Amino acid sequence: MSTNRKSYHPFASPHDPCPPQTIKTYETPPNLYLGFQPPGLEQFPPFEALKKGTLWPALYSPYSSPYKDDKKG
Amino acid sequence: MWLYEKKLQYPVKVSTCNPKLAKFLIEQYGGADGELAAALRYLNQRYTIPDKVIGLLTDIGTEEFAHLEMIATMVYKLTKDATPEQLKEAGLGAHYANHDKALFYENAAGDPFTTTYIQAKGDPIADLYEDIAAEEKARATYQWIINMSDDPFINDALKFLREREVVHSQRFREAVEILKEEQGKKKYF
Repeated sequence: MSTNRKSYHPFASPHDPCPPQTIKTYETPPNLYLGFQPPGLEQFPPFEALKKGTLWPALYSPYSSPYKDDKKG
Repeated sequence: MWLYEKKLQYPVKVSTCNPKLAKFLIEQYGGADGELAAALRYLNQRYTIPDKVIGLLTDIGTEEFAHLEMIATMVYKLTKDATPEQLKEAGLGAHYANHDKALFYENAAGDPFTTTYIQAKGDPIADLYEDIAAEEKARATYQWIINMSDDPFINDALKFLREREVVHSQRFREAVEILKEEQGKKKYF
């Protein structure tokens, strides 16, 4: 299973004007990895699918701000 | 022809009167990667794309209007009871001077919508690649707005809209695979 968020450590100079962000992140949602959707994938129950915005767990991409603590989708 | 259902695709709730957030959300209303641009782009490209993927553009283009309606509802609710003074503080003074509280197709910086935001190249691969890029840019815009918003109800709806961008991008990627044809078996969902 692919991960939704990747990170890297950018160079920080001692002369940078702002306190450095030592880790930067970017999003890598599942559509980047799935290819042509294979038949017979698992589905969310209907109400959960309506809430989440997709019928397919394989396409579900939870998101929350990387600047805030909560890790929930 | 369209059939209209008088309800939103996903419920829109707003916790506080927050015109500043409305100013940011307008980016998804009349911005370059917003829902209006998306709907117009897909529904226009349909006419000159191979038959196999016309239906996809119709479906997704139609859904973008449902998203546009959700964004409009959010902006309306976030601003409807704001005083002119509050709008001024939120950076919407210029908007108020021209439009009162009416919605306008403009981006977060106040630039009016323009069709130069969208392309119809007539080359199916070029057009679908633009559509994939548009979905990823709209997904990113939702992320940046969520990062700035602390309204849990708005964020809930924005996460739904962001997920739809992911699904649309997936379907456009599959459309490219269909047009490439040479990959083994084709399955439709």
